[in-house]
Amino acid sequence: MNTPSINHLPAPPPLRRWSLPGWGLLQGLWVTALNMVQSYYRKERMTTVQYPEERAPISPNFRNFPFLCYDGSDPVAGLRCTACSICEKECPPQCIYIVLDRDEAGKSLKRPKVFDIDLTVCMNCGICSEVCPFDSIYMDGQYELSTDDRFGGLLFGLDRLSKSADYHMQLRPEQATEIATRRKADEDKKLAAQAAKAAKAQADKAKKDQEVSESQPQGESA
Amino acid sequence: MSLLDQLQQANPALWSPEWLPRLPQRLVEILLQYFGAPDWLVTLAGFVVAAATVVAVFLTGFALLSLVERKTLARVQNRIGPNRAGWFGILQPVADGIKMLTKEDIVPAKAEWFLHLAAPVLIVVPPILALGVIPYGREWVPVPLELGLLFFFAAGTLTELSVFMAGWASGSKFPMLGAMRAISQMVSYELPLMISALGVIMVTGSLSLPAIVANQAGFHLGFIPAWNIFTPWGLSAGLIFYVASIAEANRCPFDLPEGESEIVAGHMTEYSGFKYALFFMGEYLGLFSIAGLGVTLFLGGWQAPLPGLGFVPSWLWFFAKLAAVIMSYLWIRATFPRVRIDQLMRFGWLCMIPMALLTIPAAGMWELCNRSGHGVLAWLTVPLLLIPWVFLTVLYNRRLAPATRTYTFADS
Repeated sequence: MNTPSINHLPAPPPLRRWSLPGWGLLQGLWVTALNMVQSYYRKERMTTVQYPEERAPISPNFRNFPFLCYDGSDPVAGLRCTACSICEKECPPQCIYIVLDRDEAGKSLKRPKVFDIDLTVCMNCGICSEVCPFDSIYMDGQYELSTDDRFGGLLFGLDRLSKSADYHMQLRPEQATEIATRRKADEDKKLAAQAAKAAKAQADKAKKDQEVSESQPQGESA
Repeated sequence: MSLLDQLQQANPALWSPEWLPRLPQRLVEILLQYFGAPDWLVTLAGFVVAAATVVAVFLTGFALLSLVERKTLARVQNRIGPNRAGWFGILQPVADGIKMLTKEDIVPAKAEWFLHLAAPVLIVVPPILALGVIPYGREWVPVPLELGLLFFFAAGTLTELSVFMAGWASGSKFPMLGAMRAISQMVSYELPLMISALGVIMVTGSLSLPAIVANQAGFHLGFIPAWNIFTPWGLSAGLIFYVASIAEANRCPFDLPEGESEIVAGHMTEYSGFKYALFFMGEYLGLFSIAGLGVTLFLGGWQAPLPGLGFVPSWLWFFAKLAAVIMSYLWIRATFPRVRIDQLMRFGWLCMIPMALLTIPAAGMWELCNRSGHGVLAWLTVPLLLIPWVFLTVLYNRRLAPATRTYTFADS
């Protein structure tokens, strides 16, 4: 009966019934000697990345801590976030704290005054980036987040969370391109709609004017 | 007459490289004599300085070996090894020492505190005692004892005492198990170790280690050194001594007493900080001493390996051979997995001891035939040793496991 092996490894070669006494020991010694000598001149043998000096490239699928995306070069004016607080409500460990910015009259400015994420609470689930309707919050690729400042260093405010769209493009090109295209299409549509609206308004106005001009002589005549 | 002239007169060869390791001892002796110290004080001070030299040399060796071992093992596993502390990790032993010193010293509540403290201190003593009698060079024998070999084995046996002391005084189960394993292993492997040295004693006719080295002087056919390892019985006894010394030094693949995966760290489980470091120091010094004895008995001690190399100081040859033997220990550690305790015992008692016993008649026969002029007959020792070797290795290489393993529960 041929039951498959539990770990599904290929079957080992059949053992020889007889071999020279001690041959296996010599084979083992040869392997280790080869390993030692070749480690000095064969680059491909030394696969360890010498971490602080060099870093392994991270995969675009690597997701760690959220950041806030902004367009253009101004992190305050270009911030996509509208302080809608959806991420704050969805966040399972509730590590996000948002305060909406308002003018003197108390009218919403559609931007956050305070946007804090607590690194010690965040569990890197990425739900905030899933639910954001404004393409504003994404998971970062940053993993060197340790600090010797226990409180301020671990609470990330707007200044440290805001990162440009270019950074996003660099970090995760595929996703960023898709989003940029969609945003551009939306923008175009909006512009087109605006243009159409403007044209319609103009047409309406022209019509009205005409109506007025048509009616005026009547009035004059009346 | 100036002091320097007096020094020169006392020993014309004082400044030669051959005398370099004994220079401190001689300088202290001559200085004390110059200032009119009594003879007993001169001798005592000389011995103290000689002992201090040996201890200094081998403690440096211990620090160096701990680094070289980690580097070598790393290279075998295609890693770089310690490379952060200093240039190429050269300061790693210093960092290790500081770390060990600053660690908390924990004594278990159920431990016999005095024995618990004494064991790691005492474990360093036997290897240092044993290192004292080894002839490192033509002029460098720290303690030239007539019964050097006997003293070596007698001192070496003390290691077992401190190992068991550590295991018992810890008042815990793993140390006890580890110590019992260590004792059974060390006692079992001390027998082949000593028996394989008997042939050398017979051939030399002396227990004095300098005499054993002197007996291996000269060359066969003008280029083969007349070391004991280059005789049939010497090769056999040397192999047995080598394997037994690995077991005696508790090195991989015979490191059962501290088998990490089985009994945590054996007799060292309940130790921390510098006491733990002392165990390692004792182990490495024991390694040096047993490898040094092997070099002395079988590899010609400080004798040069080829004629015409006599201009190199003899102690350099000794340390070159010692380094080669230690590197082979590292190579073996990097290669072989740990054996099981029953395999270890069976191999020790059923293979090593009979073979070690066979080397005694073989050595006698070889020496007798050579001295009585029947050199051809001496080669009869080759089949005498080879046939049992082949028989035993085939016996131990036979496969005990079934050809195809069937897993009753895992595969269904």
